Amino acid sequence: MSIFEKIRPRFWDTDAAVGPARSLFNYRRIWRLAIVLLTVVALVPLLVMAFIDYSVTRSSLESENLLRTARTTSNTRRTVANFLEERTKALDFLADHQGIDKLRDGAQLAGLLASLKKSFGGFVDLGVIDNRGRQIAYIGSHDLLGRDYSDQIWFKNTLTRGSYVSNVFLGFRDEPHLIVARKVKDAATGKSYILRATLDTGQFNAIMTSLDLSGGGDAFLVDGRGVIQTPTKSHGPVLSRVDLPIAPFSETSIVRQVRAGDGVEYSVGYGYVHDSPFIVMVTKPTKVLMRPLQTIRMELLWILLTSIAIILFVIGNVATYMVNRIYIADQTRAKALHQMEHTNRMASIGRLAAGVAHEINNPLAIINEKAGLISDLFTFRQEYAGDERLLKNVRSILDSVARCGRITKRLLSFARHIDMELGPIRFKELADEVVDFLRKEAEYRSISIDMDIPKNLPEFVSDRGKLQQIFLNLVNNAFQAMSDGGHLSISARQEKDGNLVFSVGDDGCGIPQADLKRIFDPFFSTKKKVGGTGLGLSITFSLVQELGGSMTVESEVGKGTTFTITMPIEGPKKANNENTAG
Amino acid sequence: MRILLVDDEVELVSAMAERLGFRDIEADWAANAEDALVMAEGKAYDVAVLDMKMPRIGGLELRRMLSERHPAMKFIFLSGHGSESDFKTGSAEAENYLIKPINLESLVEKINEAVK
Repeated sequence: MSIFEKIRPRFWDTDAAVGPARSLFNYRRIWRLAIVLLTVVALVPLLVMAFIDYSVTRSSLESENLLRTARTTSNTRRTVANFLEERTKALDFLADHQGIDKLRDGAQLAGLLASLKKSFGGFVDLGVIDNRGRQIAYIGSHDLLGRDYSDQIWFKNTLTRGSYVSNVFLGFRDEPHLIVARKVKDAATGKSYILRATLDTGQFNAIMTSLDLSGGGDAFLVDGRGVIQTPTKSHGPVLSRVDLPIAPFSETSIVRQVRAGDGVEYSVGYGYVHDSPFIVMVTKPTKVLMRPLQTIRMELLWILLTSIAIILFVIGNVATYMVNRIYIADQTRAKALHQMEHTNRMASIGRLAAGVAHEINNPLAIINEKAGLISDLFTFRQEYAGDERLLKNVRSILDSVARCGRITKRLLSFARHIDMELGPIRFKELADEVVDFLRKEAEYRSISIDMDIPKNLPEFVSDRGKLQQIFLNLVNNAFQAMSDGGHLSISARQEKDGNLVFSVGDDGCGIPQADLKRIFDPFFSTKKKVGGTGLGLSITFSLVQELGGSMTVESEVGKGTTFTITMPIEGPKKANNENTAG
Repeated sequence: MRILLVDDEVELVSAMAERLGFRDIEADWAANAEDALVMAEGKAYDVAVLDMKMPRIGGLELRRMLSERHPAMKFIFLSGHGSESDFKTGSAEAENYLIKPINLESLVEKINEAVK
C-alpha cells in the first residue's frame, strides 16, 4: 500500500462523481484499457512466435533424432548381415571346393578351421553331420564327435531350407554361442550332409559394442521372441527377455517411441537382419535425445520472460504517462473554464451590485441633502436655533445616510475591480475592508480577530479587487473551519528580499495531511455535501498566481490552518509566476 | 463666487443650492442641460457642478458645451455610479469627481480648491 502511495499517478483519485462537465474522462478506465490493449497487441504475437519457434525446433529435433537412430540401426543391421553372410559364404566355399570326403577327414578339417580362423575370425569349431543327425567329423575345443543332433530344430531346418543361422543359445557347452549350418550334397553318393560351424559370440558382441552411441545409447541384438543375444547396458543380461516391446517385421529399419519396463521412454530403432533370427535394436532414452530441447526451452523461456517484463514495464509507464498528460490537460481546461465562469459570475454580481448601489444612491443623496438642509436651517437661521432634540434627530439621519453611503460605495468599489487594475495598496486598509464584511458574523459567533500589521509596512503594487477576493475567500474559509469562539489572526511582514508575506490563520478543525496537497486542485472539496463547489481555494490560488505571488498552507488536524501568501512588492508584471504551492 | 448646479433630481439640486447659500456661496440650479446653458448665458459662473448621468444631454457633453462658451469655467462632477470609466473620464475632464451621497463640506472644499 505504501509503495502504491508513492507511485500512485495523479489521475488515480479523480472523483468521477463530481458532475457531468467536471472531468471529460474516466482516467482509471482509460488507463486500464490502454494497458490491456497494448499488452494484448504486444504479447499475443510474441507468445505465438515463441510457441511456433518452440514447436518447429522440437519437431526438427525429433525428426533429426529419428533419422539418426534409423541410420544407425540400418548400418548396424547391414554390418550384422554382412558378418553372417561372410561366414555362411565361407562354408559354401568349403563345401564346393573341398568335397565331402575331404571334410570328413579330421586332419583336413583342422586345417580348414585354422585357415577360417585366420582369414575370417570368429569360428570356434567345425563339424560335419550326416543326414541321420550324427556328427561324423568334428574339430574344436569340445568333444562332440558322434553326437546325435537328429532331434534338434536347427538340424531339421537346415535339411529343409539348405542353410541356417541360429540364435544365441547355451546348448551342450553351456556358454552362449551361435551356429551357422549349410546343407552339402555329396556328388558321388547323392547323400546330404550338413556342414556346421560354431561362431564366437565375442566377435559378434564386438560389432555391437564398437558402435559409438553417446548419451545412454545402447545397441544389441534380440531374436524374434525378444530374447537378448548380445550384452546390453541397461536392458537386461544376455538370454533374458528384453524389457522393450518388439516391433512387427519390416523390410526396412523403423523407429518407435516405446516405454520400457521401468517406465522410461526410449526412442528405439528396429532392424530385422535378413536370413537370420536377429533383430538389431538401437535404443536411446528420449529424455536424453531431447535434452537440447530443454536447453532451448529454457533459453526461450528466459527471452520470453525478459521481453514480457520489459514490454509490461514500458507499457505501464507509457500508459501512465499518457493518461497523466491527458489528466493534466483536462484539469487545465477545467480550471480555465471555471475561472472564466467565476469571473463572469463575479462580473454579473458586480453589475448587479453597482445597479443596486446606483439606484439607492440617488434617493440617498436626496435624503442627505434634505437632512443637511434641515440641519443647516437650524445652524444658520436664528428662529430654529436652540432646539437640541430636533438637531440631534437630524444628525442621526445624516449619520445613517453616511453609513448607507459607505455600504453603497463598498459595493461600487467591489464592482469596479473586475478587471486587473494595478495600483498602490496599503494592506492595513485592505484587511480592514475585508474584515468589515464579516465583522457582524464575527460578533455573533464571538470570533476574535487579531491583526498584526506593522505600521511601517510599505505600500505594494497589486490589484485591489483581486486581493480583496483572495483575502475574503481565506477569511471566509477560516470562519467556516472555526467553531464559535474561535480566533482568527491576520498578519503581515516584509521579507529581507522585499517581498511581502501575509498570513491568515485560524484555530479551526484543520486539514488532514492526505488532503493538504490537493486542496488547491479544482473541485476538491470536503464540503461537497453541504454545498461546497471545491473552487474557492483553487480560484484563490489562481488569483494569487495572477498577481505574481505564491501561496502555501500549513495545517494540523484539530489545531488549525494557516495560509501564507507571498506577494512581490513591485506588482505582478515583473515578478515571475512561480508555483510554490504544496 | 457663483456656482451652477445641474442635476435631473430637482429635490437634490434645490436643497444643495440652498445649503450652499447658507455658506455664502451664490448657487443657482438647473434640472437639465438646456436650462443650464440658458442660465450660463445670462450669468458668469465660476464653477459648474454637473451630474454625470442626466436624460438626453449628460454631464460630460454639457461640460464640453459650457467650456466652449465659457473657457474660464471650472467643473466638478457628481455621480451616483462608481464605475471605472466614469471615474477615469470624470477625474480627467473635471477638476474633481464626487460620488453621491456627498458630504456638503467636502463639496465646498472642492469648490474652493477649483476657484483658487
